[in-house]
Amino acid sequence: MPRPIPLSERFANWLPRLVLTPSLLIVLVAVYLFIAWTGWISLSSSKIVPKYDFVGLEQYFRLWSTPRWHTAVANLFIFSTLFLGVTTGLGLLMAILLDQKIRAEGALRTIFLYPMALSFIVTGTAWKWILNPALGVQKMVNDMGWTSFVFDWIAQPTFAIYCVVIAAVWQSTGFAMAIFLAGLRGIDNSVIKAAQIEGAGLPRIYRSIIVPMLRPAFLSVIVLLSYVAIKSFDLILALTGTGPGSATEMPSTFMYSATFRRDQMGVGAASAMMMLMTVAAIIVPYLYSELKENRDGH
Amino acid sequence: MATNATSLRRQRLIGRTVIYGALLFMAAFYLMPLWVMIITSIKPLDEIYAGSFIGLPKHITFEAWRSAWSEACNGTACMGLKPYFVNSILLTIPAVLLSTSIGAINGYVITKWRFPGSNVIFGLLLFGCFLPFQAVILPMAQTLGFLGLAGTLPGLILVHTVYGIAFTTLFFRNYFIGIPDELVKAAQIDGAGFIRIFVSIMLPTALPIIVVSCIWQFTQIWNDFLFGASFTAGENAPITVALNNIVNVSMGRKQYNVDMAAAMIAALPTLIVYVVAGRYFVRGLTAGAVKG
Amino acid sequence: MATLEIDRVRKTYGSMEVLKEVSISIGDGDFLVLLGPSGCGKSTLLNMIAGLESITSGEVRIAGDVVNDLPPKDRDIAMVFQSYALYPTMTVRQNIEFGMKIRGIAPEARAKATQAAAEMLQMGHLLDRRPSQLSGGQRQRVAMGRAVVREPKLFLFDEPLSNLDAKLRVDMRTEIKRLHQRLGTTIVYVTHDQIEAMTLATRIAVMKDGNVQQFGPPQEVYDRPANTYVARFVGSPAMNIIPGRLVRTGQEAAVEFSGSNGVARIDGITVSAETAQAYDGKAVLVGIRPEHFSLEKHAGPGLPVQIDVVEPTGADTLAVFQLGGVEVISRLEPFAVSSGEAVTLAVKTDKVVLFDATSETRLG
Repeated sequence: MPRPIPLSERFANWLPRLVLTPSLLIVLVAVYLFIAWTGWISLSSSKIVPKYDFVGLEQYFRLWSTPRWHTAVANLFIFSTLFLGVTTGLGLLMAILLDQKIRAEGALRTIFLYPMALSFIVTGTAWKWILNPALGVQKMVNDMGWTSFVFDWIAQPTFAIYCVVIAAVWQSTGFAMAIFLAGLRGIDNSVIKAAQIEGAGLPRIYRSIIVPMLRPAFLSVIVLLSYVAIKSFDLILALTGTGPGSATEMPSTFMYSATFRRDQMGVGAASAMMMLMTVAAIIVPYLYSELKENRDGH
Repeated sequence: MATNATSLRRQRLIGRTVIYGALLFMAAFYLMPLWVMIITSIKPLDEIYAGSFIGLPKHITFEAWRSAWSEACNGTACMGLKPYFVNSILLTIPAVLLSTSIGAINGYVITKWRFPGSNVIFGLLLFGCFLPFQAVILPMAQTLGFLGLAGTLPGLILVHTVYGIAFTTLFFRNYFIGIPDELVKAAQIDGAGFIRIFVSIMLPTALPIIVVSCIWQFTQIWNDFLFGASFTAGENAPITVALNNIVNVSMGRKQYNVDMAAAMIAALPTLIVYVVAGRYFVRGLTAGAVKG
Repeated sequence: MATLEIDRVRKTYGSMEVLKEVSISIGDGDFLVLLGPSGCGKSTLLNMIAGLESITSGEVRIAGDVVNDLPPKDRDIAMVFQSYALYPTMTVRQNIEFGMKIRGIAPEARAKATQAAAEMLQMGHLLDRRPSQLSGGQRQRVAMGRAVVREPKLFLFDEPLSNLDAKLRVDMRTEIKRLHQRLGTTIVYVTHDQIEAMTLATRIAVMKDGNVQQFGPPQEVYDRPANTYVARFVGSPAMNIIPGRLVRTGQEAAVEFSGSNGVARIDGITVSAETAQAYDGKAVLVGIRPEHFSLEKHAGPGLPVQIDVVEPTGADTLAVFQLGGVEVISRLEPFAVSSGEAVTLAVKTDKVVLFDATSETRLG
């Protein structure tokens, strides 16, 4: 005969759920309901104020026929490729160098990582100053004697995006380095010793054994940097203000100006949904594989 | 045999020199912007226009700092950064405390009081960490309007808390999952209830992750721009928004030293936190890289 | 000719002396086991032979050549690690061929060597798998295969069986023995398991705190341990060390133990004349292995004891009793005695070992 559960115990069983539920609901609403809301607006004819009608994919068509959006997407592509490539490569190099039992390792790690503690606005402001042709690097090199040296990328429509890459790489390399360093430190030392006994030199050991073992770290770095790249908004605004012209426009800035400045709420929402779908396409498989692996692996 | 030993040692020496050289070169590259910001902010304006951006100042003056703090113009007012600095403090501290507390409880429930669907819920929360905020600022703006919180600091606190919960829950969940379930079961047998277990068992061991969570949240919220720009205006804006306005407002000759001083003021709190508690910052980063 | 000479080798880390003047010499084809508990320095010594750690003073000579300054790859050695140390992103085949590739051996020769090793270690069907898909025993085979194809002068094993479960350990032990018989290569093997040492070695070096306590063939270490430490380390259950008193009886000696029933005595122990004279009437430690007790009818009074606890193992019965103030374990026939019973035990007197009561070294 199962005993009747007293009310107090029943309450105690439900307490965890009661405690979790409010904040959970709020977050789920703030994330998923809002996403759906934005989605609805992207399917409506909203302009200055939201209008909850349904016009199908009209806003998306309008979006994709806007030249400014094309620029933004192309910029995202160029930026992401360079940003990811350079940051990952540089981060890996730094981690490998730091793994060589360096005396000032702690200090160097602090130096490489501090940019991550800064707001992108601060970073943008500082680099805007450094890359200023009249007063920054170009002027310095000119003053040193090389008068024909030109470095005015930030004012050139075709090259401005590379300035954004430079500043973003500076800010984020420390992060890639930290993850790779953690990965390197997790490698079983006896594998390295075995390779040394077999006669492999250090470069060979890194190339054939260590770097392949860092595959999970690579994955984490690339996924997270991609996320940063798609989101990047503050940096562009501070560094170039999406200029010159709209040469450094990116989907994130496009969305903001479309929605809050140019009274194109529907198009803005559509661009936001495009951003979301891109992020989801990268993040969801990654999260799924991570969670699955942990369920199996443990 | 002897020559082998010496050539081995020489090879090693060359290798070490190259490694240290490369590292120092990169360190210089990473320190350069900070250096530039600092020295530019203490140079008089004439020197900036005349000299090199990287050179030491001939005269040092803190006039730019004073100006940035109390006089700089941001397009609508000329009150310097001070009021916005205060705004950021009023914004960040409550948001950090709230999101950390809620995250701690959530993490506790998810790991120690599992119920059907808790994994799914965790997955949903996890994706929330990667949300591109552009996808939600429109509805959030509408909601804040409904709640009468549009353009206010409490509204911004609410926004940061809500989106911070995803991260803090992740931190605490990853941490508490390492605490053996047997501890909780033993406490239950001893008669401890839900709250008592949280307070007496989980919290005392959770100090490191509480620090990580606070530092991470502080950095994220203090450095945020998008939410600040979207949901506040004018005198309620946080410091990042004010900084951007100051730098982009050009009236007459551009006062680069003031701009740099302003940037430094905005950067100092998170920089100081980083220098003091850097190792917790790193733990936050690598915990966020999801090794669940 | 791959002899190994360890000549007054010392190792210090800063002010800490980890190895104190170790000298061991073995011949070609020998199987040397470095036996001892954690921290005794055996792994450090192995690493120094391999070239993974520097030698503070002394010389290590492989096949007559001093190797102190040679990097590991030039010492013509192969090593099998406790954690197997397989390259996780490569297949078994690639793991085995990696070293050969570095040495510039042609693909056909590599394939042939890999095939031969695979056959010898019965892992031909595993060649295209990754280490993560293998069991512990299989990984161990791959690690050995990788070492075998190197055709080294010296095989080094660093506690290779510690990570395996008990049954697998026995199987792999036999594999290693078989490998040694087949290849005849000189082997240095580190372990804390005395059974591995006894079954595999041609020479055992028992180590403690950076010193070699005894060096010799297994049976000698077993029958004539140099001190009580070695006596207790080798053999399971451990040799009983019983405090007693030596009494000279003409050409031989007897030992007396004080027990609860008065004095018990074992006669007919062979000692040298010097020992008999020096220790007559003095306290000694008497070493008797559990299997050297029996219930056979024996000339002489025998040892009267009161059985305390009885532990049947299936193959024998371990009977525990008190003698000389300590607990003694004896190994008898199954069901020979029961708890509480008073019996008289016979002792194989030619197997009894005597130790000095203070220095604990063996008496001649």
